[in-house]
Amino acid sequence: MSSRILIIDDEPNIVLSLEFLMKREGYDVAVAGDGEVALRAMAERRPDLVILDVMMPKLNGFEVCQRIRAEPAFRGVRVLMLTAKGRETEMKKGLELGADAYVTKPFSTKELVAEIRRLLEPRG
Amino acid sequence: MLQGWVIVAVSFAYLGALFAIASYGDRRAEAGRSIIANPYIYALSLAVYCTTWTFYGSVGRAASSGIGFLPVYLGPTLMVALWWYVMRKIIRISKAQRITSIADFIATRYGKSQMLGGLVTVIAVVGVIPYIALQLKAISGGFTILLHYPAIVMPDKAAAVPLVSDSALYVAAVLAAFTVLFGTRHLDATERHEGLVAAIAFESLVKLVAFLAVGAFVTFGVYGGFADIFTRAAKVPSLEALMTVPGGGGGYATWAFLTFLSMLSILFLPRQFQISVVENVDEDHIEKATWLFPLYLLLINVFVLPVALGGLMRFTGGGVDADTFVLTVPMAERAEGLTLLAFLGGLSAGSGMVIVETIALSTMVCNDLVMPVLLRLSALRINQRRDLSGLLIAIRRLAIAAILLLAYVYFRVAGEAYALVSIGLISFAAVAQFAPAILGGLYWRNATRSGAVAGLLGGFAVWAYTLLLPSFARSGWLPASFLTEGPLGLGLLRPHQLFGLAGLDDISHGVLWSMLANAGLYVGVSLTGPPSHAVSMQATLFVDVFRHTQGAERTRLLRGSASVHELLPLVGRFLGPERAREAFAAYARRRGVASPEALPADAGLVQFAETQLAGAIGGASARVVVASVVQEEPPGLDEVMDILDEASQARAYSRELEQKSRELEAATTGLRAANERLQELDRMKDDFMSTVTHELRTPLTSIRAFSEILLEDPHIELGQRTLFRSIIVKETERLTRLINQMLDMAKIESGNAEWRAAELDLREVVAESAEATSQLFSEARVALTLLLGESAPRVMADRDRLMQVLINLLSNAVKFCQPGRGLVEIRLTTMGGQARVDVKDNGPGIPRHQHETIFEKFRQGGDSATGKPRGTGLGLPISRRIVEHFGGRLWVESEPGHGATFTFVLPVEPVAADVPAGVEIGAT
Repeated sequence: MSSRILIIDDEPNIVLSLEFLMKREGYDVAVAGDGEVALRAMAERRPDLVILDVMMPKLNGFEVCQRIRAEPAFRGVRVLMLTAKGRETEMKKGLELGADAYVTKPFSTKELVAEIRRLLEPRG
Repeated sequence: MLQGWVIVAVSFAYLGALFAIASYGDRRAEAGRSIIANPYIYALSLAVYCTTWTFYGSVGRAASSGIGFLPVYLGPTLMVALWWYVMRKIIRISKAQRITSIADFIATRYGKSQMLGGLVTVIAVVGVIPYIALQLKAISGGFTILLHYPAIVMPDKAAAVPLVSDSALYVAAVLAAFTVLFGTRHLDATERHEGLVAAIAFESLVKLVAFLAVGAFVTFGVYGGFADIFTRAAKVPSLEALMTVPGGGGGYATWAFLTFLSMLSILFLPRQFQISVVENVDEDHIEKATWLFPLYLLLINVFVLPVALGGLMRFTGGGVDADTFVLTVPMAERAEGLTLLAFLGGLSAGSGMVIVETIALSTMVCNDLVMPVLLRLSALRINQRRDLSGLLIAIRRLAIAAILLLAYVYFRVAGEAYALVSIGLISFAAVAQFAPAILGGLYWRNATRSGAVAGLLGGFAVWAYTLLLPSFARSGWLPASFLTEGPLGLGLLRPHQLFGLAGLDDISHGVLWSMLANAGLYVGVSLTGPPSHAVSMQATLFVDVFRHTQGAERTRLLRGSASVHELLPLVGRFLGPERAREAFAAYARRRGVASPEALPADAGLVQFAETQLAGAIGGASARVVVASVVQEEPPGLDEVMDILDEASQARAYSRELEQKSRELEAATTGLRAANERLQELDRMKDDFMSTVTHELRTPLTSIRAFSEILLEDPHIELGQRTLFRSIIVKETERLTRLINQMLDMAKIESGNAEWRAAELDLREVVAESAEATSQLFSEARVALTLLLGESAPRVMADRDRLMQVLINLLSNAVKFCQPGRGLVEIRLTTMGGQARVDVKDNGPGIPRHQHETIFEKFRQGGDSATGKPRGTGLGLPISRRIVEHFGGRLWVESEPGHGATFTFVLPVEPVAADVPAGVEIGAT
């Protein structure tokens, strides 16, 4: 059974590209346009990994990450943060809030795919 | 045989010799070769302190209280040790301010107060008259005893002698005549009498030699030396007690009080002030005087106990007054020449005191009592008199005669009730009243005039009540019950046991109460308020005298100006025209001016005139006289600051310190605010950069992702491939638009944008913009309605820029409208000199809190449906800047759910305006 990935971003064209890439890799892909929709979707069906944009209206990426880590039901969900803000402090903040990886936009498709594959390897 | 005429002849011969010395001294002084300009003469002249009270009285007191005569000499010895600090300061001040008497000193210190000068004069005259009376009593007593030589007969009570045969009256008259001759031959600006000082120094020598001669005669001639006298006296029980300090608690208290009193007297007795301050030639003379004067006191006291003991052993039975032993012991031994020498010693002690004291007092009476009154009595037209120097001299001569007359009256009234010493001490207690005002005035800046007046009045009143009135009561001029039961039988107010205080002798009791009242009132009243401007100014000149007189005389007296033509005659009226002219000429030479007439009419000249007059008539009167011709200016800001600075330096320093710390605090607060503002700006810049980065990276992300997808996999199905390519193109356009707008914004903000202003038909521009966006509307299936009206308002603007604004507003409207159901309306109206364009849509509307933020950079309104704004976030900010550049305004009105209306207004050009189109306004 393939891993399930939830893409959370408010930029339609970026969502489109990510969706295409993940599907090509054989993952089961779901999409959410903002944080609130994403959290509802996660409650319905728990993903194995979320690709999370930082700059979003309503709940921003940091807040969504915090909620995911605070919810016991989401334990073990991998979080990859994706942001156009490349400052050191923001990367640090994301990792401190419990993100597993932090990738800046614009990203290399190859590297992103490799990073996701690595995150989804069985642990232990 | 010593016959009456012999004594009289010798006395006059002696006085004549004195006069000769004085004349010689004056002549030498005028020739510029002073004979008194050395410390030895100065120290000898200070010995005017030793009067007949010392010459006759010490032996008298030693005969009754043993070494109890000593405190009167211990006090000055102690005080002299402090002279280098106290006396030098008083002398420096007096020279700088041309002070002529102790009254002048106090009046000048407290703002040149005529009232204080008068008060001090009254206290001095009333206080010192008993002391002068004492001299008359001693001299005439000595004369009477000598007349009966070789029989030893005590003089009768003064009151029992008819007036015409009372030798004291003749003594007073002769001394008055001599004093007039000595002291008032001419007026001098400095009120100095060099000849007089020389004569006084000679007198000090005579009385010392006379006393030592008598002492040596008694000790070594009559007895076999000191050891012999003391051994013999020790065998008599009543005499043995004299050689120890009297027992009982009162003994030491009396010693302490007497020492204290005499410490003050050596400073403040009018004659001491005259000799040690006014007549001082060089303040460095003090240095030698600090040991020479105590040495003199020691010498004149060495033989006091031997003479007293010898006299007591010689005249057993008490028939001979111990006050006369200095005369009567040599008489009993039939030592004719020595007796005459002893009489001359007593005469020199008495006359020296009377002459200096009355000169000092007459100066005070004239300058501080009579002149102020005369100057006020305009009826006398004193200000118009041409030469007042004659009048001044006449006043002083009258004052001398009056003072001696008063002293004689006191002698007749009260002189017999007390021994010599007690009368002297009453005077000491009176002049001690000057101590708080003078010593305080030397060191305490905050002393006030009211404080000085209250202290002097209070102290003087208590002195009169506890010491002066009782002396009248004892003489029978007041009922004796005044002493024993108190006034009106009020026991608590008995003058010698005031408020029940007993156990002290009369003098100590009076001194304690009067000094308490004086010092208490002086300090207490001074503390109730700040000193006045004038007093503060003087406080600075007195307290900081050593700072002010380092170089040239720099005294702040009257401010203001008066010409030499007014001042010279004015000074001339008091000093005499010739002396005044000489003084002014000397002053002109000092200032390097050819003649007095050429002197500038400045404050310096006024001060010079005032000091000249101060020498003749006292500081307070001089101020009044000069002020009558001077246009006095109010103190300037500089001066006030100066005074603040100097007069209350401590206060000023602490205030300055407080001010500085307040300033520092303010600066710190300001710095903190500036720092916060900087940090805020830094954060804003960071946020801005971060936003810009984000805006640039977002389209780049899509472009890169799709480019890589297409590159990696050429076999993607056609439909998807086409979609991906079109996304790349759109995102590239978005990126280009963003970069262009950012550059545009940067240009406008930095002022480097080019504006081509021209007169435009706004109706035409709106229609053209609608045409340009028609494609957009039809694509989105949004309806556009134009309501342009009839008028064609003309505005001054850049056509392209205005189009940019309109297209931005129209495309925004399309963007936020629902496709198919969108309605956009553009309306043009003219009203009140303004053209108004409304762009109204039926989109979701904008919440109130965003009405302003949407005009900020990168703060575009969100589409709540998708959460993502569409656009660069720079369109509205740029539009607003363009409209504002042409004098208009751009804003939005909207209710969420009811669409939004963006409106801008621009000023309409006057119709007749003849401005050619296409005028280059130029870069701003």
